[in-house]
Amino acid sequence: MSGVPGAIAFCWARAQPDKIDEADLANDPIHQFQISKILPLEAMGLDISFTNSSLFMVATVGVSAAFLIMTTSGRGLIPSRLQSISEMCYEFVADLLRSSAGSEGMKFFPLVFSLFVFILMANLFGMFPYFFTVTSHIIVTAALALLVIGLVLVYGFWKNGLGFLKLFVPSGVPAVLIPLIVAIEVMSFISRPISLSVRLFANVLAGHITLKVFAGFIPMLSKIGFVGVVGAILPLGFTVALTALEFLVAFLQAYVFAILTCMYLNDAIHPSH
Amino acid sequence: MASTNTEVGTAADHGGSGSFPPFDASTFSSQLLWLAITFGLFYFLMSKIALPRISSILETRSGRIAQDLDEANRLKTESDEAIATYEQELADAKARAHGIAQEARDASRAELDVKRAGIEADMAAKVAEAEERIAGIKAKAMGEVSGIAEDTAAALVDQLISAKVTKADIKSAVSGAKG
Repeated sequence: MSGVPGAIAFCWARAQPDKIDEADLANDPIHQFQISKILPLEAMGLDISFTNSSLFMVATVGVSAAFLIMTTSGRGLIPSRLQSISEMCYEFVADLLRSSAGSEGMKFFPLVFSLFVFILMANLFGMFPYFFTVTSHIIVTAALALLVIGLVLVYGFWKNGLGFLKLFVPSGVPAVLIPLIVAIEVMSFISRPISLSVRLFANVLAGHITLKVFAGFIPMLSKIGFVGVVGAILPLGFTVALTALEFLVAFLQAYVFAILTCMYLNDAIHPSH
Repeated sequence: MASTNTEVGTAADHGGSGSFPPFDASTFSSQLLWLAITFGLFYFLMSKIALPRISSILETRSGRIAQDLDEANRLKTESDEAIATYEQELADAKARAHGIAQEARDASRAELDVKRAGIEADMAAKVAEAEERIAGIKAKAMGEVSGIAEDTAAALVDQLISAKVTKADIKSAVSGAKG
């Protein structure tokens, strides 16, 4: 596993476009979201290059899968420390899904678990300086959100038939109000994939930009001499605090994504309110 | 959409390269493809290898714990039974001891009763014998009373009137007085 960061650093160095100099890199808070091609590829007129984003997707999946598979290979009755981390992840997501979607929802457990671990690891990878954050791109979070909503729709109609539409008609509502309520329910359902994807994307993006801006103040202030160096202590403190906050956000957003997935799946399994 | 992208891009991007990267649609196809590949692989690895393995580990463990608990319960039941048997035997023994004591008490009381009955019968016989004797003596004394009265009457008559009365007269007079 120790080879992975080295390989990432190597590819990262290769991936840097040489037109941006060091000063730009230090001051530009948007640069960290730049996608650069490592291996340019094209198929059917579409760009499918292996980019820094692809590299970190591979790293996220590789490290997570290797960890989960290797730590449990001992199948210890009394778990080792690393094995109990894997078990804790399993039980955490399993409890989450069981408590919101019931035992019937457990058939979606591999998906919810994969989503949670993938988003969590992608967010945590993003916390390393110079690393690319996969979840900072709306297309990635939107794809994951559409996967969830698509599954909810397909499974909901497949299992309940047209009974799935009861999801939009809460029971016990006066007949006069039904058109209004149905309109609101449909709107809220349509906004689900948007809120699900934008929440994760915006949190990660905003967090990284804020962190970069505050960290950027430190070298900027240090350049103006002694007063600047003393003044740079404040943004340094902010940067440290924000880093801690970002670790929390990294976990929290993965958790929120997973729990919302569970609740939406619950709607597909039990559509009547 | 395109105009919004450019606006955001130019507003946020100071001297960078083109539009705001997360809204740069030219990178979407590559990101989607690689996300599909990596996430699909991850899902496959999780659902086929990692999760069944962890699930089996947890099941084995909870099965083992349940088995140990069952064993402990079984042992507890056994010890409870042993205690119950012991207490039952203790109670039996106590009951038996009580019975034996009761029997001994009854036997001694019966023996005592027999003895007392014997003595009482003996005493009753003696009392009866004594009463019989007293009755005999009394009858004899009563029989002697008329003789003494006749003699006394004869002596009194003789002393008072110096007349000789026959024994038969006196006898009838006495028995008449005795009436």
